[in-house]
Amino acid sequence: MSRFAISLIWLFATMSTFGASNAQQPVYAGVTQGRVFAFPADHGSHPGFRTEWWYVTGTFATPDDEQLGFQITFFRTRPPIDQGNMSAFSPKQIIFAHVALSDPRVGKLDHDQRVARSGFGLAGASTGNADVNIKDWLFKSDGTNRFAAKIATKNFKLDLGFEAQQSILLQGENGFSKKGPNTDDASHYYSIPQLLVSGTLTRNGEPQKVAGKAWLDHEWSSQYLNPVAAGWDWTGLNFDDGSALMGFRMRRSDGSTLWAGGTFRRTDGTVFTLEPEMISFQTVSNWQSGLTNATYPVKQSVVIKLPEGSRAFLLTPIFENQELDGRASGLPVYWEGAVTTPGGAGYLELTGYVDRPQL
Amino acid sequence: MAIIAIGIGVALGFAVHLVNGSALSAFGGAIRALNGAADLQVKATSPLGFDEALYGKVASIGGVTDASPVIEMRALGTNGTSFTLLGLDALRAVHVTPTLLGPNRSVLATPEQSIFATKAILLSQSVLQQIHGKIGDSVKVNANGKTGVFQISGTLPALDDRQNIAVIDIAAAQLIFDRLGHIDRIDLKLDDISDLAETQSIIASILPPSAILNDSQDEMVRGDAISRAYRVNLDMLALVALLTGTFLVYSTLSLSVTRRLQSFALLCTLGMPKLHISRIVAIEGLIAGVIGSSLGLLSGYGFAAIALRFMGGDLGGGYFGGATQTLVFSVQAALVFFGLGVFAALCGSILPALQGGRVRPAIALKNTGDAIDPRQKLSFVLPLVLGAAGTFAAVMPSVHSVAVFGYFSIALLLGAGITAIPGLARLMLMPLAKKNLGSVPFELGVRHLHGAPGAAANALFGIVASTALMIAMAVMVTSFRTAVDEWLGEVLTGDLYLRTDPGSGGFDARSQERLSQVPGVAKITFSKQIPLTIAADKPPLMLITRPIGNDHDRLKLISGPVIASADTTPIWFSEPAALILHQEVGNIVELPIGKDHKFTIVGIWRDYARQQGAVVIDTKDYINLTNDKMRDEATVTLFSGAAVEDVGKALIESAPPELQPFIQTAQPATLRRFALTLFDRSFAITYVLEAIAIIVGLAGVAATTSAQVISRAREFGMLRHLGVSKAQIIKMLGIEGAILGAIGGIAGVALGSIISQVLIHVINPQSFNWTMNTRFPILLMISVVLALILSASITAIFAGRRATSIDAVKAVRADW
Repeated sequence: MSRFAISLIWLFATMSTFGASNAQQPVYAGVTQGRVFAFPADHGSHPGFRTEWWYVTGTFATPDDEQLGFQITFFRTRPPIDQGNMSAFSPKQIIFAHVALSDPRVGKLDHDQRVARSGFGLAGASTGNADVNIKDWLFKSDGTNRFAAKIATKNFKLDLGFEAQQSILLQGENGFSKKGPNTDDASHYYSIPQLLVSGTLTRNGEPQKVAGKAWLDHEWSSQYLNPVAAGWDWTGLNFDDGSALMGFRMRRSDGSTLWAGGTFRRTDGTVFTLEPEMISFQTVSNWQSGLTNATYPVKQSVVIKLPEGSRAFLLTPIFENQELDGRASGLPVYWEGAVTTPGGAGYLELTGYVDRPQL
Repeated sequence: MAIIAIGIGVALGFAVHLVNGSALSAFGGAIRALNGAADLQVKATSPLGFDEALYGKVASIGGVTDASPVIEMRALGTNGTSFTLLGLDALRAVHVTPTLLGPNRSVLATPEQSIFATKAILLSQSVLQQIHGKIGDSVKVNANGKTGVFQISGTLPALDDRQNIAVIDIAAAQLIFDRLGHIDRIDLKLDDISDLAETQSIIASILPPSAILNDSQDEMVRGDAISRAYRVNLDMLALVALLTGTFLVYSTLSLSVTRRLQSFALLCTLGMPKLHISRIVAIEGLIAGVIGSSLGLLSGYGFAAIALRFMGGDLGGGYFGGATQTLVFSVQAALVFFGLGVFAALCGSILPALQGGRVRPAIALKNTGDAIDPRQKLSFVLPLVLGAAGTFAAVMPSVHSVAVFGYFSIALLLGAGITAIPGLARLMLMPLAKKNLGSVPFELGVRHLHGAPGAAANALFGIVASTALMIAMAVMVTSFRTAVDEWLGEVLTGDLYLRTDPGSGGFDARSQERLSQVPGVAKITFSKQIPLTIAADKPPLMLITRPIGNDHDRLKLISGPVIASADTTPIWFSEPAALILHQEVGNIVELPIGKDHKFTIVGIWRDYARQQGAVVIDTKDYINLTNDKMRDEATVTLFSGAAVEDVGKALIESAPPELQPFIQTAQPATLRRFALTLFDRSFAITYVLEAIAIIVGLAGVAATTSAQVISRAREFGMLRHLGVSKAQIIKMLGIEGAILGAIGGIAGVALGSIISQVLIHVINPQSFNWTMNTRFPILLMISVVLALILSASITAIFAGRRATSIDAVKAVRADW
């Protein structure tokens, strides 16, 4: 899940306000229970849906054992614009890409983003297999268990390969993931935890081999966020023993939990889906941003109830200031950072702590 | 007088410079606003645009960080507001052309400004005011013959309040205004790593003829080039005024030196070094220069302000459109023109200073006679050499479209004429001097002038120079105006003309059909003019589409017709187009329309309307190449007996309702009047200069004759003693003045006629790219000579009255 994504949903949702009444509005595909996933086709784009994202988070180490976190997101949206416009420039699909590098020695995120209308070979998201790009920024799959991402910003370059070692993890009910109490609040959602990362990180013109572990989320939906939700907390954790946890909670504006969910895959590969009452997020300590004055629960304890008993995971950020202020580019402010947990590592995403999405 | 001439020269030069500087800065501002600070642009060579697929190719080139596709159209809104409508991809434009959308980076975030919506439009403050709209209002926009209704969703706060620009989404622009598949511009942002020249050449190598690479420098050069020739001409006129000033300084100072020779001689005998005398004279010149230049700068600034207000930044030349302009003061220009003014004055004082410095006290104290011995033969070598050099310079080609050698030629010819004056004056007086004229005053006058050619020349320099320049200009303007007038008569053959406003799109095939059915219309031909960019830094040619068939005659060819080569399309170049592009009849050329198409220039036609050149193509060929069937102009021939006004009304009414407000009709007489008004407007500054030259010339005559007369008080005393009556002396002076005026006038008119040939056959073709036949304004020429004779004799008589009123005894006694 990605806060970045949600802010864009909000942006494009507003466009309908100005759509001409006689314009041909898009008919979005709906999220349906019982949909059967097929790969590699489902790695590819689902252009009939309103929003979709490919979201890779992980950590890797340089040869001098410098531990860094990274996040690469490609996001596709289908804005509610006139479908009758034959113009090749008609923004029928818009692609966003976002990258952030978490370097504890820098003490804050180094991030960059791109956005473009699909078309002219400059930006697009293919169907049939994962292949999404904006100019030379790309994320794709070779159709097997390998994925690749290439991103070059002013400050750093990432050229990474990802190799899946485990099977695809369908979230929720066989990939039908409930996001709120209403039947409409749902998405199609799968993850690939425990991806082996290898590749090159280039900083200041100096390439370095890096290796580590990552997590892929691919999620698509046509639904709006539940109107009561003010934001959410999300985490995806790879454990050293091969198990993995995805957990999230949707918060109301008073901070209480509107909905929650998650999936735990055990070492033996068996999967347990966490219903709302089986997962809770407890703040251990807060961090206040000097930039935005927002207070984020950057250290949390995630408690899940499994049939074999409750487990608690203490999430500790690799450093506190992993706040991302995208306001200069017209994007929102949120916290998205690399965290460690005893016996594992992953990412924590905290959204809606500064401004609420105006849905 | 000399001070005034210098002042005028400085004022004029400075004003022209300021006005043009201001116009160019406004022009540059508009260009920068539209370009939104892109590093580089790919631009369509015609309003038809280029294939949008080029965008993907250009954007993928290494070195190009980002590329922003743009649709650019002239558009019309409520209240007839005219503006540039840009269709943008805001996602690209915020990065590539940040100054266009400005702080609207928030278009990405704030709902009410989202410009992805088909119906959203952003307006510059200026457009918003002119249409009396506010955010949230609906606004109708006409462009390319289509009408769209938009909702004003915001402003373009980064643009200053003079820019008329509106922004909509590029996809909406393509759909609503019928531009699917085409774009007009790709703005580029380049990285700072790649080699600029290499990136440019890679881009240029993939461009089709319909697109051209362009940086903002090119646009400025183009803007500059449009008015350069016109401006240089005005600058040259200013220099001419300065030159006249120099002559007048020379005349005045040399007279004053002559008059004061005795005083100088006395100073010398009292022990003052001769060098000091030269210095005194030079300082007098310098003072004249400083005062004149200061006055000139002041009045130049005022003149520029007024000119900018009433004539616009092109001084009536009509080059920059209606952009509002504010006067931009330039210290550098002020210093330069001040320096020029002082320099001119100093130049004028060199000879008199030397003359003063050469004073031989013994002789000077006794005699104030002429420096030139009347018995000595006068040499014509210098004027002949100058004349030859001037003729040679006249046949030299132009330098960067500026007739540099043409102006040299004029200066040399002027020099030749002036240096020939003493000799000419003698030659002209020879027959008179040899005869017994039977009248004492007449004989005295002729002999005085014949015997003192130096003094005569002093008086004549200024007159001849200013008369010659004035006559030259008058001949040129008369010839030009006559040529334009005749040309208009030949060209305006229709009974009624229809024109649609740019942005309205014009008549589509259906409207054309309906208009041709209107009762009373015997024949209606539709045409279209679109600008065609041949080179990024040159102003575009106009491509005129009209039905030609085999009817070459209607084009008034001055060269051709020839048969078009096989596999080529016939086109007709206008005379300026041929001169600018160095093409002749029969040449095969390429134009940026169609794909890899070749054209034969089958004829060259006279055109005084489009200085930057025009090309005519037959409607059928144009449609084959472009499939563009819209036409923006029509020429109507009526059946005899049909009432022009009624048919005009019927024609407008048969056009689509949304087009009707944008159609204008005109009759040939109106067009002719309009054209000539435009002509006069663009030559208004020349007329003003002519008037100034006449005044300067006449005042020069008055000043020099009166100064000379006063300095001759002793001579008159002597004459009185010899029995010549006061009346006879005054008559003698009147005759002397008349002869001087006549010689000056005739020499000036003759010299002016010669110089006018340089203006007509060298300067005009080289700077404005058109030719014409010479027409002499006989009446004006005669009046000028008569005016000179009259003013010279009258001033001489008045001065004589004063000079002879001194007691004869006293006057003679002044001779020690």
